[in-house]
Amino acid sequence: MVNGMERGVRRIVFGALSTVTVVVLLFGYRTSTEGPATTAALPAITPVTTTESSDTTGPSTPTTTQTPTATQTPTATQTTQAPKATQTTQAPKATQAASSPKTVTGDQEQTQWGPVQVELTISDGSITDVAVPVYPSGNGRDAEINSYALPQLVQETISAQSANIDMISGATVTSDGYLRSLQSALDKAGL
Amino acid sequence: MSAVVTERPVRRYVEHVMGMPISLALRGRHTADAAALDAWAEAMATLRDVDRVFSTYRTDSHVSRLDRGEITLAACPPELLEVLALGERWRQESGGAFDVRRGDASGSFHLDPSGVVKGWAVERAARPLRLLADTDFCLSAGGDMACVAAPESAPWRVGIEDPLDLDAVVAVVPVRCGAVATSGLARRGAHITDARTGRVPTRVASVTVVADDLVRADLDATAAFALDAEAATWLAARGSTGVVVWADGRREVVSAGRG
Repeated sequence: MVNGMERGVRRIVFGALSTVTVVVLLFGYRTSTEGPATTAALPAITPVTTTESSDTTGPSTPTTTQTPTATQTPTATQTTQAPKATQTTQAPKATQAASSPKTVTGDQEQTQWGPVQVELTISDGSITDVAVPVYPSGNGRDAEINSYALPQLVQETISAQSANIDMISGATVTSDGYLRSLQSALDKAGL
Repeated sequence: MSAVVTERPVRRYVEHVMGMPISLALRGRHTADAAALDAWAEAMATLRDVDRVFSTYRTDSHVSRLDRGEITLAACPPELLEVLALGERWRQESGGAFDVRRGDASGSFHLDPSGVVKGWAVERAARPLRLLADTDFCLSAGGDMACVAAPESAPWRVGIEDPLDLDAVVAVVPVRCGAVATSGLARRGAHITDARTGRVPTRVASVTVVADDLVRADLDATAAFALDAEAATWLAARGSTGVVVWADGRREVVSAGRG
């Protein structure tokens, strides 16, 4: 099943991964996700321009061959966090057939950043707006503090057009599929 | 600064790279001036650079040449190591369900780090946008995004697409500073599998993760999706926040709050 070339591929990749664990130790994954304070620290991607003639002779073992025994085992650290039970949240019930818009205010939910409360405006049985009147913004001046509220489930009837949404997160939209996507509609509205 | 949240007009930009649309929304001081356009151009240039190194569709990318055994890691940019390191970390943390090594139908393995690259690349591309003073942005690559909104402006409101009805959304996430990523098969077919079995998930329709940064959000969403029926419990156990839409239409919010 596995021919010579495939073995070569495997070796290269496995070799790569043993090197890689060392890299993890050195930098941690935060290196790629630092905020603006460290923006200047990382070099731009520099595609290698040299020829690799000497490299084509076969898979070479990485120069750094420390065995990654000392790698921190992320699974262990992760499991020390108290697992929070998942909760299935019911979408707030909308009263039917209200001809005039109606506002439903949800219960305050505690998040690690503070309380969050959601307010839905319902018109003709569908949600026309989702507002967040109580939002954990801390002291208000701490820019760049990571913060987001819990996802708020909405009714099945909600359409993106009526939900006052800025962006759409979904399964990867290809360029081909983009024209039919909700994000495309939003982008057009703002161009 | 008043207590009133100000509504600021949103300016939007779209370009295509890596086979997917890149959407940018800007609001605040720099939305259409030279600073904004320069930052947008720089963001796109970063993504094109990433594509040249990492694309599995381009036969001349470093990843493709590495996969064919034509070059070694030593001949690759250090960023490739960083991406492989991230992939390895999530492989371990997902018990092997996520892996940058992808088996094909014939049983051979290929290097495909694209599950890592997108979120990582968007975080890099967003750097010039973060430097725009008094400007909010949301940068999305094919539905996965990094967002920043100043304390005095409204949080970005990110709709989560319904994988079972692509014209609808299942949830809304207000994001002030963070990232949202969704994994599913709704638009590209069976491109995510459990690396341990090669099987395409059937119980879960999509997984959305909200996190501080898009590297974590994207990897968590993809790994959770590969874990199929275990998606929600895995996310909860690692303290992640998100939404799982099951194939039968149930929606489940996973909360990282301390309760």
